Amino acid sequence: MNLFNTVKKNIRRTPYQALAASMVMFLTFLTLSGFLLLAICSQQILRYYESKPQAIAFFKDGTTDQDVNAIEGALNQTGKVTKLKFVSKDDALQIYRERNKNNPMLLELVTANILPASLEISTQTPEDLKPVAEIVKKEPVVEEVVFPEDVVSSLVSATRLIRVVGSAVVGFLITFSTLIIVMVVGFKIRIKRSEIEIMKLLGASTWFIRIPYITEGVVYALIGAFLGWITSFAVLWYFEPVLRNNLGEAAGQFFALSPVLLLGLLGVEVVVAILVGGVGAFVAVRRYLRI
Amino acid sequence: MISFQNVSKKFSSSITALEDINLEIKNGEFVFVVGPSGAGKSTLLRLLTREYLPNSGKILLDDVDITKIKPQDIPEYRRKIGFVFQDNKLLDDKTVFENVALALQVRNTPEAEIHKEVERTLKLFEIWDRRNLFPRQLSGGEAQRVAIARAIIGKPKVLIADEPTGNLDPQTSWSVLQLLNEINSWGTTVVMATHNKEIVDMQKRRVIAIKNGKVTKDKTEGKYEFH
Repeated sequence: MNLFNTVKKNIRRTPYQALAASMVMFLTFLTLSGFLLLAICSQQILRYYESKPQAIAFFKDGTTDQDVNAIEGALNQTGKVTKLKFVSKDDALQIYRERNKNNPMLLELVTANILPASLEISTQTPEDLKPVAEIVKKEPVVEEVVFPEDVVSSLVSATRLIRVVGSAVVGFLITFSTLIIVMVVGFKIRIKRSEIEIMKLLGASTWFIRIPYITEGVVYALIGAFLGWITSFAVLWYFEPVLRNNLGEAAGQFFALSPVLLLGLLGVEVVVAILVGGVGAFVAVRRYLRI
Repeated sequence: MISFQNVSKKFSSSITALEDINLEIKNGEFVFVVGPSGAGKSTLLRLLTREYLPNSGKILLDDVDITKIKPQDIPEYRRKIGFVFQDNKLLDDKTVFENVALALQVRNTPEAEIHKEVERTLKLFEIWDRRNLFPRQLSGGEAQRVAIARAIIGKPKVLIADEPTGNLDPQTSWSVLQLLNEINSWGTTVVMATHNKEIVDMQKRRVIAIKNGKVTKDKTEGKYEFH
């Protein structure tokens, strides 16, 4: 028997149930895609902030190389610093020019003298940032120390929250979807009871009868997974301008998702779909198909 | 050979369907099972199809006790038996061709072979031109022919027919019986439960009469009588 023809016919014969089941699956996998994307992106943004100079110490005019070397030595001794980068006044001007190359007005107004020299300090963890900043602040040649303390700590909390809430919501929806598959497949088995009886009398094996129902459940889940995956990326791309405006440089992380990662995400969803559809349909055939 | 040895079947403590049945049906025999409604004819056939298990006794098919067959081996056993029912039990959403093909599909027969065999059988039963019709588009006689074609396409050793002429007019009943006779002439054992006195009396075949769950008569070239 052509299994897929049988499944296609079964789906076509009860289109509303098929649609309902696929829509529930779509909702589940859209949510799953959404939370997975959020988790991946927030993780990448967090990494982005962690990898960037987390604290910048701006020096007063007249700071000598010896002063900078002394501060660098003191910071290296703490064991909390991973990278130090001195940015001279000229370097700062170059960076400024690069960032504002499209605005000649701003370029004309600024010279190297206005911009302070600075030291970009990367630490092992975001928690190391505050003590390191305290050390640098005590130095008389340091004018000001800035670091995105709130951004990083907020991101850490947000990432944790996304994981917890995402797991809870997705777990609930997966359970709900599995039960929907149990109901839909169970209902189909009930309305085809006499056909199943005839097949049994003709000598159909247990799996010969079960496989089309299990495949049907998996097909619903796969349709939902594929649509959910496509839609989540469509939504992400649609909101790209808004995200870029609000997140600035960090937004680049959202759109730096590699094709391998996207296909990997689809792979994860396909596996989850096979599990949800397969387990749901299997429970239904065990429960309603007494062979 | 089919052998019922001291077979009893109870559905509850107060309902005894069959009691201490002892029968032997030789390979290639054509046997009528007659009796009033509720006598136990269908129960006897359903024990043979392994839909029911007896409360006691043995049922042998070619020396294999079918009451001992494990559940996972029942499909294999059922492929040795063909079934025809009064209401033909064709699948409404499948065409004539698909209904008959199903019997081979459950045996995992290759598609090319299925097509060849179904075509051969439908032509033999003179319903090839009906192959694309659905059961509701067939006459009673045609539907029963399809049901018989489905039952025998897998070349079963035994054909069980539970009142196959029950819903048919006399002329169509005779054509169905002719078909069963032909199948029997190929060497297939035919066990047919019926209420059709005319057919039984005219055929002069072995008749097993059942009443109140007991065999009351068992005669070669018997008549339709169970008193």
